[in-house]
Amino acid sequence: MDFAFTDEQAMIAETARQFFADSATSEQTRKAMAADGVDHDGWRAFCNDLGLGGILFPESAGGSALGMVEFATVAEAAGAQVAAIPLLGQAMVGSAIVAGGSAEQQAALLPGLISGATIAAAVEAPGLAVSGNRLSGRVRHVPHGNVASLFLLLGDNAAWLVERGQAGVSVAPRTTMDQTRPLAELVLDHAEATPLSDGAAARRKAIEAGVICLSAEALGGAQACLDRTVHYARERVQFGRPIGSFQAYKHRLADMMVEIEQARSALYWAACAVDEGTDEPELALHAAKSFCADTFFRCAADMIQLHGGIGFTWEHDAHLFFKRARSIQTQLGTGNWHREQVATMILGDAA
Amino acid sequence: MKLSFSPAEEQFRAECADWLNGQMAGEFRDIKGITTLTAKAERRKEWEQQLAAHRWSCIGWPSQWGGRDATLAEQVIFAEEYARAGVPGRVNHIGIELAGPTILTFGTEAQKQRFLPDIAAGKTIFCQGFSEPNAGSDLASVRTKARLEGGEWVVNGQKIWTSLAHISDWIFVVARSEEGSVGPKGLTFLMMPIDQPGIEIRPIPQINGDAEFNETFFTDARCAADSLIGAPGEGWKIAMGLLSFERGVSTLGQQMGFRNELNAIIAAARANGAANDPLIRQRIAKAEIGLRLMRYGALRMLSNTDHSKVDGAALTYKIQWASWRRSLGELAMDVLGQDGEVTDNPAYEWGMLPNLFLYSRADTIYGGTNQIQRNLIAERGLGMPREPRGIA
Repeated sequence: MDFAFTDEQAMIAETARQFFADSATSEQTRKAMAADGVDHDGWRAFCNDLGLGGILFPESAGGSALGMVEFATVAEAAGAQVAAIPLLGQAMVGSAIVAGGSAEQQAALLPGLISGATIAAAVEAPGLAVSGNRLSGRVRHVPHGNVASLFLLLGDNAAWLVERGQAGVSVAPRTTMDQTRPLAELVLDHAEATPLSDGAAARRKAIEAGVICLSAEALGGAQACLDRTVHYARERVQFGRPIGSFQAYKHRLADMMVEIEQARSALYWAACAVDEGTDEPELALHAAKSFCADTFFRCAADMIQLHGGIGFTWEHDAHLFFKRARSIQTQLGTGNWHREQVATMILGDAA
Repeated sequence: MKLSFSPAEEQFRAECADWLNGQMAGEFRDIKGITTLTAKAERRKEWEQQLAAHRWSCIGWPSQWGGRDATLAEQVIFAEEYARAGVPGRVNHIGIELAGPTILTFGTEAQKQRFLPDIAAGKTIFCQGFSEPNAGSDLASVRTKARLEGGEWVVNGQKIWTSLAHISDWIFVVARSEEGSVGPKGLTFLMMPIDQPGIEIRPIPQINGDAEFNETFFTDARCAADSLIGAPGEGWKIAMGLLSFERGVSTLGQQMGFRNELNAIIAAARANGAANDPLIRQRIAKAEIGLRLMRYGALRMLSNTDHSKVDGAALTYKIQWASWRRSLGELAMDVLGQDGEVTDNPAYEWGMLPNLFLYSRADTIYGGTNQIQRNLIAERGLGMPREPRGIA
């Protein structure tokens, strides 16, 4: 038991932090927001120059085969800058293919995912009409679905891959509140789909990676909200004093830190539990997703309040965090849903 | 980053559990499951001695002073198994968690020899004399005075909220030894025997009917000239060092006590149907998650060896657990309904959950109120300007 980063993990975290601080600037992210919601230059650099794109994937496919802890540090750094990159889809789709795909599927698909050439999107899609290997139905709210060329659709115990551009596949981008990860609607009409052979395993690993990714982005985002607000609290003077000297203000900052430190414990508990198979990974993932997302939302909301009027402007970045926080709260299950799963684990089903 | 314990550590866990369960099923079964700090104090002093006889009293201490030089992981394991076995809290927790480490860190060789073996052996029970009627959150404004006279320290004044003073043998006191000094300057840290004519102890009944706190009056109370830790005037430094020991491994044992309380709430909710209420289910899930996060927060804090930076997990721990437990008390009463507000006990002694509801109101006050904690977090953790001081 040693619940602290190793030197190597700390180095990866610092490398990622530096990378996103330099590349995912407000200017870059806003350019992506005005276009298709992806900072393509940043994404290419992340996958190729930084070499952290394949952190969860086998070395044979060009990945670095590290664990969830390392991945979490990277996603945390991306979240701290609200980077407009399709990291969530890469992590979920790649993890599903590693866990449930054939050797041929892995060889054919993973290199493109790792290099960033393939942008992938994953979404839970219960209730599709299945006829042989053909799927029909509407799948709403696909994150980065507008730019994805490969879709992973998760059914109850099944996982299918669908390629864009095939007959019967159409994508309708939606104007989305969080412009750094826009949602699209996918309409399938007898579209050809490739099932992953172990659908249950693919689903499980995709959700694990997705929950860790969102929880880590949330932690990084929450910490960034606090850091930026702390900076403002020192600079901004009213009544002849820095506003951070007022208890009503500094106690709110303290409350943010209390929540964030718990969110950090939740995220790295979950990441370690998944990596090591100990400490109740299922419970940990529910805890991490619900706690980190709620913490991010509260911190982003406080960031706006504690900045006053400037925090409500389009020019200030507070709304980027606020909208990302809102979208993370809902994706892959709301806080209430995750807590109900925990309640069921403890109390059994409600009568 | 690694959460799992090694096979050798798991073996150690089994050894701890075996011994503790054996004791709680055997010679000490009469104290199993006690949750208040004061019940059966005399038997619990015997339990301290039993722990010491088997070298389980202070396992993290050096073996020369009665410990086992236990690793961090072993201390974590012992604390968890101790509480899991239903063993009541340590009546000498102030001695083993605060006085002992303070003497180990700041004491002279003679003081170590005089006190450490007896603390470890449960023969010297300590209590803490810091707070005063006018020095609560503002601890540095203590007025109790100490002066050297005829080769002895002579102490006059009053302390308050001295937990367990009525069953203790020694008290450590922060007193003003420099006439006219104010604030943290001019204080001296003294260790005093309690059984003397100059010290009077009056219990303070609490809202739950128990009385673990006391007022302690010093009227020409005396202790030997070499009873001070550090130098005269260094009392504040020693006291602050002592308080930093408070967030140690013992927090994990404390959490196992919380586990028992949450389990009792879960059992009550199942029994009376509250477990079907979706809002209660959300709150129980939140409580469960909060408790887990406390454990992993404590493990992070204990695993952190880089003390050059502010440790966020350590800085936020007090307000986190105190607020969590206060909410747990409210949840307990919402689950129990009016059954929680009545008891068959004519002596106004309450069962675990109603007592939790009442007692937990103190958690967010003692050891630094939530408001003081927020000041500390904002100032030390986030670099916000310090609170303005009035003129003393």
